[in-house]
Amino acid sequence: MKRRHLLASAALGLGLTIAGGAFAAGMDHVKACFVYVGPIGDGGWTFQHDQGRLAVEKEFGDKVETAYQENVPEGADAERVLTQMALSGCNIIFTTSFGYMDATNAVAAKFPDVKFEHATGFKRDSANVSTYNARFYEGRAVEGLLAGRMTKTNKIGYIGSFPIPEVVMGINSYYLNAKKVNPAVELSVVWAFTWFDPAKEADAAKALIDQGVDVIASHTDSTAVLAEAAKTEGKVIGFGQASDMAEYKDGPRISSIIDNWGPYYVKRVGALLDGSYEQADAWEGIAGGEVLIGDITDAVPAEVKAEAEGLRDAIAAGTYHPFTGPIKKQDGSDWLAEGQTAPDGDLLGMSFYVEGITGEIPK
Amino acid sequence: MLVLEKRPTPSKGWAWGTPFLAVALTMIAGGAMFALLGKDPVEAIRTIFWDPLFNAQFASYSRPQLLVKAAPLILIAIGLSLGFRAGIWNIGAEGQYIMGAVFGAAAGLALYPAETRWIFPLMIVAGAFGGFLWAMIPAILKTKFRTNEILVSLLLVYVAENILASMALGALRNPEGGGFPGSRNLSQWPAAANKELIAGTGLHWGVVAAVIAVIAAYVLLQRHILGFQIKLSGQAPRAARFAGVKPETLVVLCMGLSGALAGLAGVFEVAGPAGQISIDFNQGYGFTAIIVAFLGRLHPVGILLAGLLMALTYIGGELAQFMLGLPSAAIQAFQGMLLFFLLAVDVLSNYRIRLASFGREAR
Repeated sequence: MKRRHLLASAALGLGLTIAGGAFAAGMDHVKACFVYVGPIGDGGWTFQHDQGRLAVEKEFGDKVETAYQENVPEGADAERVLTQMALSGCNIIFTTSFGYMDATNAVAAKFPDVKFEHATGFKRDSANVSTYNARFYEGRAVEGLLAGRMTKTNKIGYIGSFPIPEVVMGINSYYLNAKKVNPAVELSVVWAFTWFDPAKEADAAKALIDQGVDVIASHTDSTAVLAEAAKTEGKVIGFGQASDMAEYKDGPRISSIIDNWGPYYVKRVGALLDGSYEQADAWEGIAGGEVLIGDITDAVPAEVKAEAEGLRDAIAAGTYHPFTGPIKKQDGSDWLAEGQTAPDGDLLGMSFYVEGITGEIPK
Repeated sequence: MLVLEKRPTPSKGWAWGTPFLAVALTMIAGGAMFALLGKDPVEAIRTIFWDPLFNAQFASYSRPQLLVKAAPLILIAIGLSLGFRAGIWNIGAEGQYIMGAVFGAAAGLALYPAETRWIFPLMIVAGAFGGFLWAMIPAILKTKFRTNEILVSLLLVYVAENILASMALGALRNPEGGGFPGSRNLSQWPAAANKELIAGTGLHWGVVAAVIAVIAAYVLLQRHILGFQIKLSGQAPRAARFAGVKPETLVVLCMGLSGALAGLAGVFEVAGPAGQISIDFNQGYGFTAIIVAFLGRLHPVGILLAGLLMALTYIGGELAQFMLGLPSAAIQAFQGMLLFFLLAVDVLSNYRIRLASFGREAR
C-alpha cells in the first residue's frame, strides 16, 4: 500500500521531532487520547472507559491532557480518526473496542512513536501496540450463580453482541455457574450484532422475555435491556452491564459487573510519564480490581447474596476458577478433565458452547 | 408585515444563491449551538471548515481524505439527481450501495486467492449489477403494479442490511477471522484492492468514477434527448407524454442508473477505504447523498461541490470532536441544519418576499 508507506515516512519525520528520545527518559507532559465506539452517555461500556479517562486527569493534573472521540464506527472511519489523533500530537491512544483492531495496528505502524493501547484485542503487530482486557468471565460466574438461584421459570437469558471468544466465554461462564446451583436451568441466547443500539438491545430483551426467560444478562453497552425488564413489573430481573446502572436498583437490577478501567489507564499513562512504559498484554480480573461486582440488592435473599459474595471472594483469592473441569463441549467431546482449569489460551480463542447450551453460535 | 408572493417561474439567481445562504445560516445557527455548549463558536467553525484544508498539522492527511469521503456521496447523488429531476424518487440508494458492495466483494472473494488483474474489473461490474438489480425491484413493481417507489426502495434498505449482516456472518466471513463477523480484507489483497492511484492524494478508482459520472450526467442533461426527456417529465409530465416519453421506460432507466451508480460506490468503498464486508459496513452514504443531491440543486457540478462540502463537514466534524471536545451529536445536528436551512430558504427561489402595508392587507 503506497499510501501507507508515504504516510509512514511522513509520520516518522514528524514523530521524531516531537517525541524523539523521550521514552527512556520519561516525559514531562502526556496527551492521552481515547476512541469510543458509543456515546459517553451510554451508561455502560463507553461511560466506564470515559470514567477511566477522568481518573487519569484527576491523577496527573497538569501533566496530562486528554481528548476523546465518541461514536466512532468500527471500520474505515476509525482509521481516519486514529490518524488524525496521532497527527494532533497524542502520545498514547486507547482504542476501546474490539473492532478497532485492524485500524489500530495499521495506524500504529505509521506512527512508531505514538503508543497504542487496544482493548480486548489480540493483535500486536508493532512494538508500540499493547492490548488490555479484563476477565469479565469471572463476573459472569457470579451473575450465573445469582441467575441460577433467582430464576422461577428455570429459563435464563443472555444477550450476545458479536459471536467472538470474549462473548462466548461470558456465555459459557454464566451458564456453567448457573447450572452448578440449579441443574434444571436452561439458557437462551439472543444475538444483537451490535455493541450499542438501544432499540436492538430492547428487542433482544423482549424476545427473551417472550420465551419465558426471567433473568437476563447482557453483553451490550446500553441500559435498554434493564429498561425493558423494568416494564415487566418485577417478573424479570437483570444485571448492570459494564457500569453499575444503579438507577435500576429499585427495579430489575439485582447486581452488576463494573468495568473499572481507571487503574489501568492511570498505570499506563504514569509509566509513559516516568519512562517505565513497555509493550504489554494485560488481562486482570476481580483480583486486580479491574472487574468489580456491583452491590447485590435486597431483592436477593441474604443467603444467596452471601453465596454470591463468597464466590466472588473465592475467585479473587484464586481458590476457584469459573471454568473448572469436568467440562464437555456442546458436541459431547471432552474439554477439561476433572479438577483441571481452563488455560488462558483456550479462553481467548473460545468458539464453542459448553455441554448443555442449546442453539448454535452464528456462523 | 411580510407576505409571500409566488413567482411565475422560480428565480434562477436564488436557485444558485440559496445553497450558499443555507451554508451561511448553518454556520450562524451551528455557531450559536456550539456557543451554548460552552465552546468558542468561531474556533469550532474554523476547525470544521478551515483546518481540514489548511491547517499545517492535518491538511496533508485530511485533504486526500476529503476525496475519499466525497467520492461515494457524489457518485450516488449523481444517479439520484437524474431520477429526482424526472420525479422518480429513489430513496433506497443505501440499500443499492450495500448490494453493490456485497455483489462486488462476493465476485472477488469467490476467486480468492488468485492473482490476476481481471478480478478488480470483474468486481466493479458485479457491484454495478448488484446495485442495478436492487433498484430494479422498486422500478418493476412500480411499472407493473403501480406501487410507490419511495416506500419500496426505502424498505429494501432494511432488507439489504439484513443480507449484509448474514453475508458478514456467513457466506463471506473470513475463515481466518477468529469468529468475528466480517469478510477478508479486500484492500490487503492486491488483485481486488481499490488502490490509491497517486500516493498521498486519496485518488482511487471511485474518485475517477465520480468525476466521470459528473461529466457524463452533465452531457446527458445538456446534450442528449434522454436528458431532455428527464427534465421534461419532471416539469410537465403531460407534455412529456405528448412528446413521446414513455414513463415506464424512464422509471426503469432512472432507477437502474441510480442503482448501478450506488452499487459502484459500494464496491469501490468495500475494496478500498472500508476494506471488508462487515455488519456495519454502511454508514449512511446513500441517505446523505440525498442531501448532497438537493444541496447541489440536482445539477452535476453543484453535486460535485456539495459532495465535497458534505465530506468537509464530516472530516472537520471529527476534528472538532476531539480537538474541542464537541459531542458527536452536535456535529450530526450541525449537518442536519444544512438540509433544514436549505429547504427553508428554498422558499426564496419560488416566492418573492414583499413588505405589505396593513392597508393592502385590509383590502
